[in-house]
Amino acid sequence: MTFRARHLLGIEHLAPDEIRTVLDLAETYVDLNRRTVKHSDALSGMTQINMFFENSTRTQASFELAGKRLGADVMNMSVAHSSVKKGETLIDTALTLNAMHPDLLVVRHPASGAVDLLAQKVNCAVLNAGDGRHEHPTQALLDALTIRRAKGRIQRLTVAICGDIAHSRVARSNLILLGKMENRIRLIGPPTLMPSGVADLGCEVYEDMREGLRDCDVVMMLRLQKERMDGGFIPSEREYYHRYGLDAEKLSFAKEDAIVMHPGPMNRGVEIDGELADDINRSVIQDQVEMGVAVRMASMDLLARNLRAERGRKAVGVMV
Amino acid sequence: MTTLLTNARLIDPEAGTDTLGALLIEDGVIARIFDTPDGLPDKSPTLRRQDADGKCLAPGIVDLGVKIGEPGERHKESFRSAGLAAAAGGVTTIIARPDTHPAIDTPETLEFVTRRAAEASPVRIRHMAALTKGREGREMTEIGFLLDAGAIAFTDCDHVVTDTKVLSRALTYAKSLGALVMGHPQEPVLSKGAATTSGKFASLRGLPGVSPMAERIGFDRDMGMVEMTGVKYHFDQITTARALPPLERAKANGFDVTAGTSIHHLTLNEFDVGDYRTFFKVKPPLRSEDDRLATVGAVASGLIDIVSSMHTPQDEESKRLPYEDAASGAVALETFLPAAMRLYHAGHLTLPQLFRAMALNPANRLGLPQGRLAEGAPADLVLFDPDTPFVLDRFKLRSKSKNTPFDGQRMEGRVLATWVAGKQVFSTEA
Repeated sequence: MTFRARHLLGIEHLAPDEIRTVLDLAETYVDLNRRTVKHSDALSGMTQINMFFENSTRTQASFELAGKRLGADVMNMSVAHSSVKKGETLIDTALTLNAMHPDLLVVRHPASGAVDLLAQKVNCAVLNAGDGRHEHPTQALLDALTIRRAKGRIQRLTVAICGDIAHSRVARSNLILLGKMENRIRLIGPPTLMPSGVADLGCEVYEDMREGLRDCDVVMMLRLQKERMDGGFIPSEREYYHRYGLDAEKLSFAKEDAIVMHPGPMNRGVEIDGELADDINRSVIQDQVEMGVAVRMASMDLLARNLRAERGRKAVGVMV
Repeated sequence: MTTLLTNARLIDPEAGTDTLGALLIEDGVIARIFDTPDGLPDKSPTLRRQDADGKCLAPGIVDLGVKIGEPGERHKESFRSAGLAAAAGGVTTIIARPDTHPAIDTPETLEFVTRRAAEASPVRIRHMAALTKGREGREMTEIGFLLDAGAIAFTDCDHVVTDTKVLSRALTYAKSLGALVMGHPQEPVLSKGAATTSGKFASLRGLPGVSPMAERIGFDRDMGMVEMTGVKYHFDQITTARALPPLERAKANGFDVTAGTSIHHLTLNEFDVGDYRTFFKVKPPLRSEDDRLATVGAVASGLIDIVSSMHTPQDEESKRLPYEDAASGAVALETFLPAAMRLYHAGHLTLPQLFRAMALNPANRLGLPQGRLAEGAPADLVLFDPDTPFVLDRFKLRSKSKNTPFDGQRMEGRVLATWVAGKQVFSTEA
């Protein structure tokens, strides 16, 4: 079992064996979560603060539940209404929180790199719950766990990531994780929503959905943000659905047993056909939500172990 | 007083030579240059001999486009701190930018800064004035009065005048007075909100990027305005390969245009930003390695005339923010010469080529007598050792702001002494 990280800021900093460690431990939590008594003492006595500078219901709930099932004292800071609005800087907010001795800090922020910045200023473990367009590591880990359970492996698969790649931190984290685990990655989307220079990152870029989906094992759809529709990046919602919305016809180009994923929340009829999303034979979207709690439990458990070990070393005065 | 600097490597950007000799300073000017290391055998009692020990003696740097915080942001940089930093960096003439608060856009504010600068700074400071009032791009400033009050050039700095009618009138008026206008080649709508250059790095870091073509588009528009008005024009920073062919054409077609670039764009690239290090956030953003090398090549060939520090002090608070929100700019008066030595040691540029771009060309473009090692020229000089290694500690910089991208980096090249009008204003021995 290997997991060296002090913080979980991005997939970029994880090695393949660390990724496997998280997934393996998460499997045990999947089992735990399916029991009637869903409790462990892994984080007993520890304090977890969820700090969301950007509104999120699903991710925050997932982290909160994960912390509570592991026995942590969980606090949610609704930062959108706090002193941050009164001009307090991110660093000051971090220092204020740090003085309350949290053990785990779960942070979502609209600016890329903001969570990295915050992590430099606190002495607890920091989990990135999404920073700008940069990374969303637990999403990539839960996607990996979902794929591994559905496909039996997380190597040598052809994975298509479709839609608004440019503005998606989910796409970035998945791209990095799937690349590290030696998969073939295709990015499919309109050129206005494709980040520049991605072809240099070792993935294949497609503008045509059918061509891109050909013989894929996994189809990952991304959410199209409301503010990106209508004229700015794409001509209209209906044209987008026509060309890039996933329906049974387009999916027929992928492998027969290809699975369909979506990080949620979905725009039915914009990026994905409603019926397809609910098709239990193809869609693993509900599994993703379930795996989300397990992966977050595993991540926090591993970070807490490293934190305890570090504090233990400090207490006995070992040079590190 | 008369000083004879003996045994010096004379870097003459005009002749393009780098030879051992001696130089006599008398009454604030370079009185004589000798092609022998010993110079005068004169035993005159008033003559002070100073052995340069084989180190390099070059004309002092003329730094076009330095931001000083007066008025408005004196906590970031004052004329005093900028002047001391310049002296320690071998910069003998600062050409200050008007992007202050308020902007230098009236003869009264220009007189104020001219007086303050003269009182406080050990090196020469000349001032540019805004092209439009408040740098807002709506009405032209009193270009005539400002010229009379000593404005050396006109620029709205990084505020691009988007209204081409306003710009065409301002340029036409400036042309009639023979004034030099400096522009920032950048398409402002395309580059709005950008923190990096678009490409692999921006995509990996999830930062909003601007296509390098925004510079080329801005350049083409400005060239259209130059062709229309015939004004004397200088592009402050050319940093991309795509803007070089049109620059070459513009010069070949005989337009009175010159171009500059910044030392940061010559020595750093986009990947140096690493994990969101905001001290590397400059304007325009750092470019790809290909663009950097093309820009270095253009300085070597002389297509790009001028290299500036683009010194832009920012306090800690404005840099301790998420990358997108952090302020742009880097201090560079003191790191300019050591950073330039990287180009020399890498074999990209010779010392005379560097001083042509850092001293001779800016002086010529601005009509100043500085920038040359010639008999009769002002004795504005820098003595430096291009090989002294050191690790840069930003807290040792003389600037009030410490926002340098070179913090903790290994550098080579140290200024040993600086003279302005024959007076020694800096020495490592002092």
